[in-house]
Amino acid sequence: MADVTLRKVVKRYDDVEAVRGIDLDIADHEFVVLVGPSGCGKSTTLRMIAGLEDISDGDIMIGGDVVNDVPPKDRDIAMVFQNYALYPHMTVAENMSFGLRLKRYPKAEIKSRVDEAARMLDIVELVDRKPKQLSGGQRQRVAMGRAIVRNPKVFLFDEPLSNLDAKLRVQMRIEIKKVHQKVRTTTVYVTHDQVEAMTLADRVVVMNHGRIEQIGTPNELYHKPATRFVASFIGSPAMNFVPCRLEDVGGRLHLRLTDRLAFPVPPARAARYQAVPHADKLLLGIRPEHITEARPHLEPGIEPFDAVLDVTEPMGMETLVYFTLEGSQICGRVNPNAGAQDGAPLRLAVDLNNMHLLNEVTGVVL
Amino acid sequence: MSTVTIDKAGPTRKVKYGSISRDRTWALRWSYFFLVLFAIFSLTPPLYMLITSLKSSAEISAATNPWWVFHPTLSNYVELLTSSQFLRFFWNSAIISIVVVIVTMLISIPAAFALARMKFWGSATLATGVFLTYLIPDSLLFIPLFKMLAVVQDFTGITLLNRWYVLLFIYPTLTVPFCTWIMIGYFASIPKELDEAAIIDGASWLQTLTRIFIPVALPGLIAATIFAFTVSWAQFLYPLVFTTSIDQLVLPVGITTTLIKGDVFNWGQIMTGALLGAAPPLIIYAFLMDYYIAGLTAGATKG
Repeated sequence: MADVTLRKVVKRYDDVEAVRGIDLDIADHEFVVLVGPSGCGKSTTLRMIAGLEDISDGDIMIGGDVVNDVPPKDRDIAMVFQNYALYPHMTVAENMSFGLRLKRYPKAEIKSRVDEAARMLDIVELVDRKPKQLSGGQRQRVAMGRAIVRNPKVFLFDEPLSNLDAKLRVQMRIEIKKVHQKVRTTTVYVTHDQVEAMTLADRVVVMNHGRIEQIGTPNELYHKPATRFVASFIGSPAMNFVPCRLEDVGGRLHLRLTDRLAFPVPPARAARYQAVPHADKLLLGIRPEHITEARPHLEPGIEPFDAVLDVTEPMGMETLVYFTLEGSQICGRVNPNAGAQDGAPLRLAVDLNNMHLLNEVTGVVL
Repeated sequence: MSTVTIDKAGPTRKVKYGSISRDRTWALRWSYFFLVLFAIFSLTPPLYMLITSLKSSAEISAATNPWWVFHPTLSNYVELLTSSQFLRFFWNSAIISIVVVIVTMLISIPAAFALARMKFWGSATLATGVFLTYLIPDSLLFIPLFKMLAVVQDFTGITLLNRWYVLLFIYPTLTVPFCTWIMIGYFASIPKELDEAAIIDGASWLQTLTRIFIPVALPGLIAATIFAFTVSWAQFLYPLVFTTSIDQLVLPVGITTTLIKGDVFNWGQIMTGALLGAAPPLIIYAFLMDYYIAGLTAGATKG
């Protein structure tokens, strides 16, 4: 086991920079998820750590050693691929032991390692089958088993659950987390699914356009996003953004959304936004769960307003309501008993204690 | 009223289903018609060969129904199979074909692997070049090849011309390009992640080839093997040009040179020889047919 360090890592394909100077420190035993939209460079980064892609610039270190020019087989890593990449002509046991057999491990040790991994992944009865006799979830388990038996320094996962159906994905997610809790191997995991990222990671690395937008624990990313991209990428339904500006009304900082709608900024937040020039074009960022039905007794910082709902989506434990404000579609989450109906007006309340204020031009969260 | 409408809808639907199955029936009838036609067309010559091979020379030249054997005899078979000359031709053909298949595979498999997977400068051009080589007909190549080998023979003092083993150098010019080409296609259909997984598991390029690619691409390999064998076995022009002494000849050339004396055609034995000569490829096809088809259709569906 080892830590992984990336220093100003760049990947260029001819004229295109796929990865633009990434710095990342992954601690020993840590589970780090790289997440971002397709083409953001997350898979390329993982493949560079694996050694399947050369790096154009910078350094990659595994366990303190620079591995820029070390071939994949000498990096002591194991990788799980999206399409499983099981050897179709070998049985499950042969698939799992292939790496060990190449390294000429003693037969007894190979057997004990394969047995242990098979037990851990609950595939003991499958070891004599060929991959084509397995279901997608079972194949993914075998692919993980192949990584586990090697007992490598680092696990690399390249969108391992994307080929599975939604239900199985949730199940395998838990499975992966359990495996990590048992083996504690440093893990780098790539996905485009922010839910997977949030649920699995010790720390999430959000990437966009070949750069790291933000690194943090799932909670940090959710509650303290650094940029508009992170704010909108993490969380489902996504954060709402409404154009706004700041103004002083009677010596108190107000947030003006429309000509008729302005909210006082809660004192705790006002101190932070005091220095923001009032002329700046700003965005109010507010998560759907902070727009709810207005209750008779409102706490400080929670401001009521009226909206005409465009669409409602009953989800059972809550109802998602959509309405339009200044041309932006806003989503809120209300109690299913609040009486929300398509096309009907509803009195809502926004919790400004959890607001975010963004610079509309730079996208930076203030 | 409503019942009437439903009653009406019933038969209309049935007719629709019926028309689909009728279309299918007709499609099947036409396919069988053409398949039978094609089978007759391609099976008549060998059948005629078989009939003729069972006749004596006298019966062949007699004015009787050529499609019927009145006095069946195995004398043609006995004569050929006891003739050391014919057995020599057979042996020459066999040894040449087998060695050529081995040589072809030893060159084609690594070549195809390199061209399909190790992206190096000019690999795509080289792959196309390999195929273009195959497109040049042997009737254009045999004179320059003869010249080349004559020069090599003069230069080294090793007798090459009029020796059966010279064909071991010539045949691969036919088999290697085509086999390499189909193997490239086959290897290319293997998902890239498979060799990446092998590389991460610690396999070298050679181990990836021998332990992953060859087993996975076995149907393609067998298709290439059959092709190489058939081409070497049936080759006529090159052995005709490069070998002349009776003991150096291969089967196709041997049969035509020794069984046709001037304008005397020993039809019974020619047909027998041709039938016996067709047997080995036929046997190989019969055993490996499933693999062969799987090999040729590879990449058509998800590999």
